[in-house]
Amino acid sequence: MLTLTCPCCGITAEETEFAPGGEAHLKRFGPDSSDADFEGYLFARKNPKGVHFERWRHAYGCGKWFMAARCTATLEVFGTYAAQTTKPPADIVKKIKAKRPEWEPQA
Amino acid sequence: MSNAVSALQGATYQGFVTVTEAGLIGMISIRGDLTSKPLLKALKALGLSVPAPRQIVTSKDLTLAWMSPDELLLICDHSAAAQLVQTLSSALEKTHALVCNVSDARALFRLKGAKPDQVIMKLSPADIATLPTGEMRRTRLAQVAAAVWRSAPDEISLICFRSVATYVQGLLETSARPGSELFETAPSSS
Repeated sequence: MLTLTCPCCGITAEETEFAPGGEAHLKRFGPDSSDADFEGYLFARKNPKGVHFERWRHAYGCGKWFMAARCTATLEVFGTYAAQTTKPPADIVKKIKAKRPEWEPQA
Repeated sequence: MSNAVSALQGATYQGFVTVTEAGLIGMISIRGDLTSKPLLKALKALGLSVPAPRQIVTSKDLTLAWMSPDELLLICDHSAAAQLVQTLSSALEKTHALVCNVSDARALFRLKGAKPDQVIMKLSPADIATLPTGEMRRTRLAQVAAAVWRSAPDEISLICFRSVATYVQGLLETSARPGSELFETAPSSS
């Protein structure tokens, strides 16, 4: 079971207190984009074995959205951070690098 | 005007703790920027300050709890709520904020006895044994959201939505059934 720490209220709780929101850091492609970009934005999702970035909501607590970096294979959580970011912050990347040296952040 | 009644009109149950629906209680939801000057000023006039995350501050008959980074809950007498809403609304008129009387949209329960923790432990994933006094813990009670805090040394208070009050009363009654204690004494970690 996942244990996440909400960066908004500081509570560490287990998975059932949160609601999952899918992959983090998606770039939106709107009405004027190409069909391929729009389809990718709507449907194409990463499904890695290993490091993954996700959106979560503290549904039964403070109600705020946040991001989590975790490993899909071991359920290890590398860290959680504010939802108002467009890419993983440097300190999170550093923490992941320390534990998964072979992992490279994607552009 | 019709008479105000609380969700379960003070229903009580005597198990290994006493479960009571607390009757009419005033609750005011305040949303907005918790660092804004007008809010600080308005709260100061009531003898209150903005609590730190998850903390509770009290003054005379008012209790103010931190609910989320942009939300506070003011607990007062039911009869005082309307006046307080007016006072706060006019103080926050010029800021982007919301003051709403939610007294009749919520239900408040009190668990009184030697082991109120154990009633919550069976229902919630939160680590209630380590919940400090003066902290408001919003969590899950079986299938519904609730906010739990220690309101006295032998008492835990609990707020939930009015629409699920009957469900919560049922949960608490089952959980507090005599003879269903989890252990005799408080755990050493608390």
